[in-house]
Order: sequence, then C-alpha cells, then structure tokens
Amino acid sequence: MIRLVSPSTLRRHGILGMNRRNISFISAWNERRNYPLVDNKLLTKTAALDRGIPTPELYGVIDHQFQIARMVDDLMDRQGFVIKPVQGSGGKGILVVVGREGEGFVKSSGAVIDASDLRRHTSNILAGLYSLGGRNDFAMIEALIDFNPYLAQFSYEGVPDVRVIVFRGVPVMAMIRCATHASDGKANLHQGAVGVGIDIGTGRSIAAVQHGRLVTSHPDTGASFRELELPDWEAILDLAASCAEMTGLGYLGADIVLDRQRGPMLLELNARPGLAIQVANQEGLVHRLQVASRIADEAAGHEERIRLARETFHRPEPVFESVGS
Amino acid sequence: MSESRFQVALVAGLMILFGLGLTAYKVLRLDLPLTPGESREVWTIESKVSFKPSSGPTSVELQLPEALAGWVVLEEHFASSGFGFTVIEEGGRKQANWTRQTLEHPTTLYYKIQAYRATLDQLPGYPVVNPEAPLLEADQQAAMERLIADLQERSTDVESFTRLLIQELAQPEPRQDAEFLLGTYQGNATRVLLDTLALAAIPSHTVRGIRLQDGRRRQTLTALLEVHTGAGWLLLDPHTGVSGMPEDFFPWQRGEGTVLRVVGGRDSSLEFALLRNSLSAKTVVSMEQRSEDFALLDFSIYALPVEQQGIFKGILLLPVAALVVVLMRILVGISTSGTFMPILIALAFLQTTLWVGLAIFLSLVSVGLWIRSWLSHLNLLLVARVSAVVIVVILLMATLAVLSYKMGLDQALTVTFFPTIILSWTIERMSILWEEEGPREVVKQGGGSLLVAVLAYLVMSAPLVAHLTFNFPELLISLLGVILLLGKYTGYRLSELYRFRDLANSK
Repeated sequence: MIRLVSPSTLRRHGILGMNRRNISFISAWNERRNYPLVDNKLLTKTAALDRGIPTPELYGVIDHQFQIARMVDDLMDRQGFVIKPVQGSGGKGILVVVGREGEGFVKSSGAVIDASDLRRHTSNILAGLYSLGGRNDFAMIEALIDFNPYLAQFSYEGVPDVRVIVFRGVPVMAMIRCATHASDGKANLHQGAVGVGIDIGTGRSIAAVQHGRLVTSHPDTGASFRELELPDWEAILDLAASCAEMTGLGYLGADIVLDRQRGPMLLELNARPGLAIQVANQEGLVHRLQVASRIADEAAGHEERIRLARETFHRPEPVFESVGS
Repeated sequence: MSESRFQVALVAGLMILFGLGLTAYKVLRLDLPLTPGESREVWTIESKVSFKPSSGPTSVELQLPEALAGWVVLEEHFASSGFGFTVIEEGGRKQANWTRQTLEHPTTLYYKIQAYRATLDQLPGYPVVNPEAPLLEADQQAAMERLIADLQERSTDVESFTRLLIQELAQPEPRQDAEFLLGTYQGNATRVLLDTLALAAIPSHTVRGIRLQDGRRRQTLTALLEVHTGAGWLLLDPHTGVSGMPEDFFPWQRGEGTVLRVVGGRDSSLEFALLRNSLSAKTVVSMEQRSEDFALLDFSIYALPVEQQGIFKGILLLPVAALVVVLMRILVGISTSGTFMPILIALAFLQTTLWVGLAIFLSLVSVGLWIRSWLSHLNLLLVARVSAVVIVVILLMATLAVLSYKMGLDQALTVTFFPTIILSWTIERMSILWEEEGPREVVKQGGGSLLVAVLAYLVMSAPLVAHLTFNFPELLISLLGVILLLGKYTGYRLSELYRFRDLANSK
C-alpha cells in the first residue's frame, strides 16, 4: 500500500505544491519578458558582468556547425572545461571535462571520451536537443570551476552547487546539492544526489536528504554533513539577492558555486526553481515566502533585506539530532 | 491576484451554467435523449452532383428518391448557389431541377436528406409491362438465344432461370456465349441481364439505390434486379443472386429512367456521402411530424455537410481527451513526454482498438529505440537523425502491416493511424532520456504517457461520451469552464502527497 499524507497535513507544514508555485509565485511574480535573461545563459553572464557579479570565465561560444571543428582544435590545449547549451533547461546537455588522457577527454564521472564525442555533443546542442521547446541553440564553453577544496569531501565526481531561492529580493531558503556515485556525478536530487538544507542565518547545514530519506553522511566519501558550514556565506546571500535585482524576477532560484580563488560565482539562474529544496530543509516554503513578502515591503534596501532574512529565517537547531542516527 | 481568481471563477461558472442550461433545454423541451439508448439509426445522405461547364445554358435534373420499403425521409435540403431551382412532381416521382444561363467553373450541387427505416417493408406493387425485345446485332442475338435455350433447359421457372443467368455471368471465367455478350456490353452485367430477360419475355427492371456505409464519402449508386416471376416481383442482387432487399440498401429509383441528367455540362458525376447517427425514437417521431420547420437540427452539428459532420464526430472528442490530460497533470501529477502526445496516441488507439494499439505502439517504440541506439553511434546531425528515425518508423510500420496481413492479422493494418512524426520524436526523446537519465526515467515518462493515453482512449471510446459531445456540443463550453477552473487550482497534486510524505511525518 502506498503511503500518502493528507493535503491538510501538507498545508499545516506549509509545503509548497507545484500548482501553487506556478500560479501564486511564478506567474504572479515573474514577468514573461524577464525570462530570456534567465533562460539564456549568455545573457545572464553579460548582465552579471555588467553588475560585477562573478561568473565562470567564458572560453567561447559556438553558434554555427562549421565552428565545431575549430572549437575542438582549440580545446586540445585545455585541461578542463564545460560545454553547455546556452538555453538548456534542467541541467540537460552539460558536459564537464575535468582532465585529459592523451588525446582523450576525461569526464567528471571518470569516463574518457574522444574528440568525435565532443563534436557530436556540440552538434546536438546547436540542433536544440537540450533546449526549451527544441529550438536551435548555441553552445558555450566555460572554464572548469576549481571548486573550494573544503567542499570536495561532500561531493563525489561533481561540482557541489548552492541553490538559493530568492523571493522579492529576500533570500528565503538554501541548499547545497552534492553529487554521489548514484547520481553519476550530477547534482540532480531525483537522480540520487544529496540535498543538504542550509540555514539562511549561518550557512550551516540543517538536514541532509538522499532519495527523500534523511542521511547524516555522504554515502561515498563518508563526510558528515553535520559539520558542513559554507564559507563566504554573507557573499553568497549577497550574490543571490543581487541576481534578483538584476533580473527583475520576483521568484528566482540562483545556482552558485564556490571557486577556490574567486569565491562565490554565479553558475546559472532559474525562473522555475524546483520544490526539492523543501525536502532538503525539512521545511515548507509557504510560511517563509509570506514572511519574505513582509520583509520586502518593510526593508529599505538590499543589505537590510539580507539582514532581516538572516535574522528571521535562522534556525537554531538542525534536524540531524532530532532524528538521531 | 484574488481578483483574477474571482473573475475566472465567475466566467467559468457562467460557462458551465450556460452549457448545462442549453443541454437541459434540449433534453427537456426538444426531447433529445441524454443517453445513447433506445435510438433509431438516422442516415444522413448527401448527394453531390458535380460537372464541368460546356457551352450554352445549363440544366441539371436529379431524380429524387422515392421512399420505398419502409424508408422515411425526415428532412430535405437543397444547396443551389446561383442556380434557378424547382422541384417538379411527375407521376408520383419528384425531380429537382437546377438551371442557369451561363456557367464558367466546375460546379457541385448538393442535395441532402435525412432518412430512417421505420418498418422493414418489402417493395410495394409495381405495374407489369410485357417487355419489348431488345435491339441487337445478329451475332449478339444468336449468342443470347443460345444462352436462353441452354438456361431454360436447366431451369424450372423464372426464378431459377434468373439465378442461373446471374451465376453464368458472375463466373470468373464465363462460358463462351456469356463471355461474348459481356464483351459486347463492355462488361456491364446488369445490362446483359436486362436484355436477356427481355428477350426471354420476362418482365424485369432495376432498382437503383445506395449501399449505406457509415462515414463513406464517395459512394455511388448500385443497382438491384427486379424480375416478375408470374406471381409477383422478386428482388435479386445482380452479382451474387441473393434475393430480397439488403438491410443496408436505400432505394432511390425503381424502374426505367435516369437518375441524373445534365444538359450544358460534361464529366458529370453523382456521389454520395453517408453518415449514421443515433437519434432517440421520440426525436425521430417529432421530426417526422413537423419536418417543415424543425429548428432543433439547425442548432447542432447536424446542420453541417455530412463530410464535416463526420470529421466533427472525432474532433468533438478531443476536448474530453484534453480534460483527461489536464486532470492527470494538474491533479494527479503524472509526467508525460510531450503535453498532448498522449491524445494523439489515444486517437490512434481509437482506430486500432486498445490491445492491438498498445502492442503496435510498444513494438514500434522498442524497435525504434533499438535502431536509434545504433544511429547514435553514427554521429549525425539532429535533424538528419530524427528524419532517419521517421523513415525507420515508416519502414517498421510497412513491415508490420505486410507481415501481419500475410499472417491474416488484419487488425495490425491499422498501424497507419499512428502519428509517424510524433512517434519518431517520442523515440528520439526517449533515447536521449535513456542516455542521460537511465532506463528508469524512460519507463517512468513513457509509462506516464501511455497511462494517460489509455485513460483518454477509454473516455473517448465510451458511447455515452461520443453521444453527449456530438449531440450536445454546448457541453464543451461547460468543459472549457471546468478547465479554466482547473487552471487556477493551487492545491496539492496527488503525486505530491507521496513525494512529501516523509517530510510531513518526520516532525
């Protein structure tokens, strides 16, 4: 028998459902004309550069089939890079090369591919295979993130990224997504990555969840999530809130990576951020969104919004203890 | 926000009430049945007279059907754009007459009737005229006489004579005399029959009419043979020799005379489009009583030409399928690959029936996926690859059709109803999904799509649903209202009650 919870229980916990997210938050607060800035990663990058928001270095953009051969020649000199569709959705079509093995390219999973695989992948991107609505697309090549070594222990074969939900300029909820062997080096929670809820007040972990179940340590590296505390937390929140101002979107998910040298960098933005963050935080979004709305009405500016958010959404005790494991 | 909610609720409420109200009116005041039960089969027969202009004034005469053998004509409708139009009655036979001074373009004239068979009567009496001997060439005459002599030797009466004659002419390799006669009559067996019977002094004539087949677009007139046995008239099929009036036969004209005559035109043709509807016995009776000014059918799809009616029969089911998709996605939260792909698959299922359709779909997709996985090694550009998949899918469909036909499984021939392009994209997407997220996700999304498709099929194939959408198209307005309301639903999806189950319990 499949175990379900009653809608009233979910409502009591303030869990945000897909329908309500779409109607009450996305379509109510995100104007359609602001979408391209978010859906098109190249536009996002340009806008971020204008505002001084750090992003990974752009190596090049491929917009025509014939450029692919040149691109592969150029990439022969690079140790690591990322190829991604400019208008991709849901992390689809992102190819991460972390090193070289002779003529071959080593993917983050450890698999080695050759130049023809790179060509095929890029050609698929141009044809729009990974893009919203299947329209033609460009491919962009970015620098590989040299991620903060402190976070390396929490991720297996992949870059851990921080997702912050920002509502009307107020950071509401955050999590860090840690790739596992099960998720094949990808930071997708439904594929088995671990989602670790992060306290908005301190940047410390609140709870960790894999496949919807609470965990305390990384299944592959064994690192305990209890001790996890994100460095540069203030800067991360500042970056996330700035993105909201930059895009004009009321309901936004900002994906941020921590670089060893340059600190927090904007990876990409999402106008339709998913609901899994609630599971990672073991808390519903609805109450926080209501409070955030109040903060947005009262606060004078950017700094105050972040300060109020950190005060209000701070959770003194993590969930780890209460579960006991 | 809440204001727009209110607006939507108001508009949707009005729509729902309007649709239901109109339906209630039609049910209560006009006696249209809500359920498909206790009905009469009413045939809509649309005659199309088409011809090309030649010089001079144009005159078109169409013999109108004599309602015989229990058939009742409920409604007649003529379309005559730019033509003078009269109906002449002559000796109990009605004839429509279209006239026009000059004509430049090929033209089509329409005559539409609605008819049903009230009683299974036989044809009424008909005056017996002793036939005149046909005018024949000498060799024809000789052949026909030999044939008659041979048949008379083998037969006992008129009936057996006629049957033998029909048999003789219908043989795949007729004997010498019969073959010669058929040759000189350009293979027109009916004319040979009539002339041979006339030469044998047996009174006979044809009864022309239409074989009724639901949804048939370009039906033509067929003829039955009526011979007088001495005791009475006997109706025979001139090709099979089966006697009596077939149930699917609508008699149009009995005896001599032409059905269509076009003066001042060439290449004229007479074709019929046919459609069957079930109307309640009550409605049919009331239509019969006041067929002059029956406003009910002017309101409905029945007012359209038959071909469009047939198309609408299918189209009107789509909103119901869309509702299923909306419900499954918004209330249940099933993920499907492509928003409306399930509807297209369900439409294919309607043609193939469910199990055959499922088997065909699954085999096409799995073989397609297998071939696609080979294609992925070739490093092709996407558009070329999807096109290659399209061709592979078509080849698979052809192979399946031929194989199953050879094995005597006619059902698999309906494979052509599957939307090729959609199938190819499905295969392409599934294949990418497989490579990127693994077979689990493929099964999940593919299964979701199939489940929704099957549900949509079950709803669309329900006789009640077909009856309601076709007879009460205003219910679509109510449906629209419901869908608008669903579009404003902010509650949880069924799948979320599962997804967040631990989250709520852990506290």
